[in-house]
Amino acid sequence: MPSLKDLKNRINSVRSTRKITKAMQMVAAAKLRRAQEAAEAARPYAARMEAVVNGLAASVAGSDTAPRLLSGTGSDKVHLLVVMTAERGLCGGFNSSIVKLARVRAAELLAEGKTVKIITVGKKGREQLKRDLGDHLIAHVDLSEVKRVGYENARTIAADVLKRFDGGEFDVATIFYNRFQSVISQVPTAQQIIPAPVPDDAEATTLYDYEPSEEAILEDLLPRSVATQIFAALLENGASEQGARMSAMDNATRNAGDMIDRLTIEYNRSRQAAITKELIEIISGAEAL
Amino acid sequence: MADTLQFDLVSPERMLASVAASEVQIPGAEGDFTAMPGHAPFISTLRPGIVTAVTTQGEMKYVVTGGFAEVGAEAISLLAERGIPTDEMTQPTYDAMLADLRKAAGEASGDDADHAGKLVNDMVMVGQQLGLSTTAA
Repeated sequence: MPSLKDLKNRINSVRSTRKITKAMQMVAAAKLRRAQEAAEAARPYAARMEAVVNGLAASVAGSDTAPRLLSGTGSDKVHLLVVMTAERGLCGGFNSSIVKLARVRAAELLAEGKTVKIITVGKKGREQLKRDLGDHLIAHVDLSEVKRVGYENARTIAADVLKRFDGGEFDVATIFYNRFQSVISQVPTAQQIIPAPVPDDAEATTLYDYEPSEEAILEDLLPRSVATQIFAALLENGASEQGARMSAMDNATRNAGDMIDRLTIEYNRSRQAAITKELIEIISGAEAL
Repeated sequence: MADTLQFDLVSPERMLASVAASEVQIPGAEGDFTAMPGHAPFISTLRPGIVTAVTTQGEMKYVVTGGFAEVGAEAISLLAERGIPTDEMTQPTYDAMLADLRKAAGEASGDDADHAGKLVNDMVMVGQQLGLSTTAA
């Protein structure tokens, strides 16, 4: 049975924890709005890029001169997983769900006898993956200094990935991130970026004239498209992180409130019990005289 | 036939412009061209240069680096890696852009070096047109 003083301390500590979680929730809410706006602002570019690349890809696919970023290296032995997580914790299952998805995929690939290489973006994913897949980590991108993710960040990551591809370090690249659905729901997503997936239903649009040739444009566009997809993923991730943190902190705040109520009741009960006990002692003492 | 076309300039980070224009001058990879309403459907990559859109409110000029333009009869979508209105273009920004290209040119080899060198020259031209110093960095 904790003493009255213990209970009082406990209540105070939970109360200050609640203040912190409440503040974090509000900060996350403000950041979420900005992150969502950024994600939305980037959508037109990504959508048009995808449309044009798909149109081009459909008309070039299958030809011998198709760029390697589209046709692949002809093998799928070495897989590169780009795992994007947050730099900070306290955002519920956000980081774990991405890592879990990546881990399952890595296990599948390893079971098939493929080689797996992993690039992590964000500190949390690295920490979690280091334990069991440490040997497969080949690089890490640190974004902890970056306040606001810009296209430049995505371009740097893309440049690194493309350099490795040109150097023949891997055959297939997949990015892992959380797609933002709503504040309470983020969907961990795996998306293949190299070789560029050609949608089955895309028809070759011969509508357009191309200058320079289709292949040349594609050569130019595919690296940009990789950067764009990474950028979009980073933004989705940013929004998801804030969303996840917001709901996690909302829960924490509510739990802290419940806990304070429970502890207060317990505190009052013990106080009452102590008073009653004292009274009984005084009364029995007086009767005994 | 409509006498204006919808001109959208988009960068990866945001939509820079979406206006009705009567003509748009675009620095295509294989030469500048002007798109007017009713242009045949056409896709071209861009080189560093200045895009000029003629609208009812006057001319809008943007410095763009690589990207591509999708031209249709009624609309033009310009997807530029970077797009900066010419009057917001400052010497430090320009220097940084030029330095990036120069660095890339220094690292490239073979055909790529020719191509990268061309990009640097294009960028120098942009600087001269805007009256910015092209010697720094």
